[in-house]
Amino acid sequence: MKIGQQTWQFASPPRIVSTASAVGEKEGQGPLGIDFDLVVSDPYVGQKTWELAERKLMEMAHDKAITKAGLERGNIDLVVAGDLLCQNISANFSARTHGRPYLGVFSACASSMEAVALAAALVDAGQADYVLAAVSSHNSTAERMFRFPTEYGAQKPPTAHSTVTGAGAVVIGKAQNGIRITYATIGNVVDLGVQSPWEMGAAMAPAAVATIDQHFRDTGRQPADYDLIVTGDLARVGHPIAEELLSQKGWNLSGRFADCGNLIYDPKTQSEVFSGGSGAACCAVVTFSHLLPKLVAGDWKRMLVVATGALLSSVSAQQNETVPCIAHAVAFEAAVT
Amino acid sequence: MSVQMGEEQKRYQAFLKGRQPSRPWLLNSIRAFLSGGAICLIGQAIQETFVHIYHYSEQIAGNPTVAILILLSALFTGFGVYDVFARYAGAGSAVPVTGFANAIAAAALEHKAEGYIVGVGTNMFKVAGAVIVYGVVAAFFVGLVRYLFTHI
Repeated sequence: MKIGQQTWQFASPPRIVSTASAVGEKEGQGPLGIDFDLVVSDPYVGQKTWELAERKLMEMAHDKAITKAGLERGNIDLVVAGDLLCQNISANFSARTHGRPYLGVFSACASSMEAVALAAALVDAGQADYVLAAVSSHNSTAERMFRFPTEYGAQKPPTAHSTVTGAGAVVIGKAQNGIRITYATIGNVVDLGVQSPWEMGAAMAPAAVATIDQHFRDTGRQPADYDLIVTGDLARVGHPIAEELLSQKGWNLSGRFADCGNLIYDPKTQSEVFSGGSGAACCAVVTFSHLLPKLVAGDWKRMLVVATGALLSSVSAQQNETVPCIAHAVAFEAAVT
Repeated sequence: MSVQMGEEQKRYQAFLKGRQPSRPWLLNSIRAFLSGGAICLIGQAIQETFVHIYHYSEQIAGNPTVAILILLSALFTGFGVYDVFARYAGAGSAVPVTGFANAIAAAALEHKAEGYIVGVGTNMFKVAGAVIVYGVVAAFFVGLVRYLFTHI
């Protein structure tokens, strides 16, 4: 049901049946390492190419989520998945492996919450009993597509991001128990004129602000209604900018505002972190494996996840276009309030 | 086209000033100076070896020296070490001939997955190609100027 301008309210809230994550070594060595289901130390994941490696991670996350849900592939009515590569090859080709009905999505690094929002809407509407939502990214596939060859020596500015290697998957369905998905606020594309692909935090912050602001207006909720409001990958540069912009709009989020890109790596002990993590998998693996369990454990009651995406391509960046950005927000609530 | 730079965009660009960390220019310059100098020192040592031990003339010793530096750079690229060094060295690793070799070797390695013809062959000069094109163009104009000065 639509409420306000951009928000969907789910009348019979779909539930999180299971979550799964498969990540690379660097993510496994980070502060959240013990939370992830599968940590693969081989960056090629036993495959021949980086693209095959990312696809393998996606398939591992799919299978793990289905197994943890106590289901079989055949029980999944629909898969909604996305990634960062051209023509969504990680999601599309892994759909060949699972063979289930499939919808591909792309909102760059905001794809995780786009997939979750769509999956929840379809379950809520009764179009499916179980939907698998998944996203993936790989540091090396992203490097070679958006930046330089992986072995090329280039010095990056401190505003750069480190793309997360991993895949996150979640089974959403009609169930009696489990975390409820209550609202989704679909973002509009915001472009405030940031041109450098090395400044994604600053580019994406206004999109996150627009979606968070709209979410509060549409639902009538306040920041204090959430135990945590977490953005996808604004990281150490973009996150404080977003917090400041929100306070200018009258929303004080201090103490309850975090960012998945900040949480996933420790810049003090890990090299090559720059401003923090990014990539479609960043928001997904941190949310699915680190944050949602806190709702299950009863530490928190409500959480708003705002995945942020920079919708640039390597061609648009070379043609000096500014970076259009988007953010999608999904509200997760503990099984019983 | 890019987004129209309206009032909102201009205000945001002004707001961003000082809110993003800038590149550490001075530190990067010092690192580039030291590491670039170190590469050149190694090159000099190799050249002196050719001159004093193998009795090459200084001019002829230049060619095998460059070849050895290129070989070393390509090897270190293959071992996955050169990019780590370059992250520290910045321009210090990009400007000497080793940076050029790294650009070609890295692109060749990267595209091996797409095969030797459309992969390696097509993409090998993806990063370094611009240097070759504009190097040749610049050499042409410098040669032209030199010709005019010496013959007129």
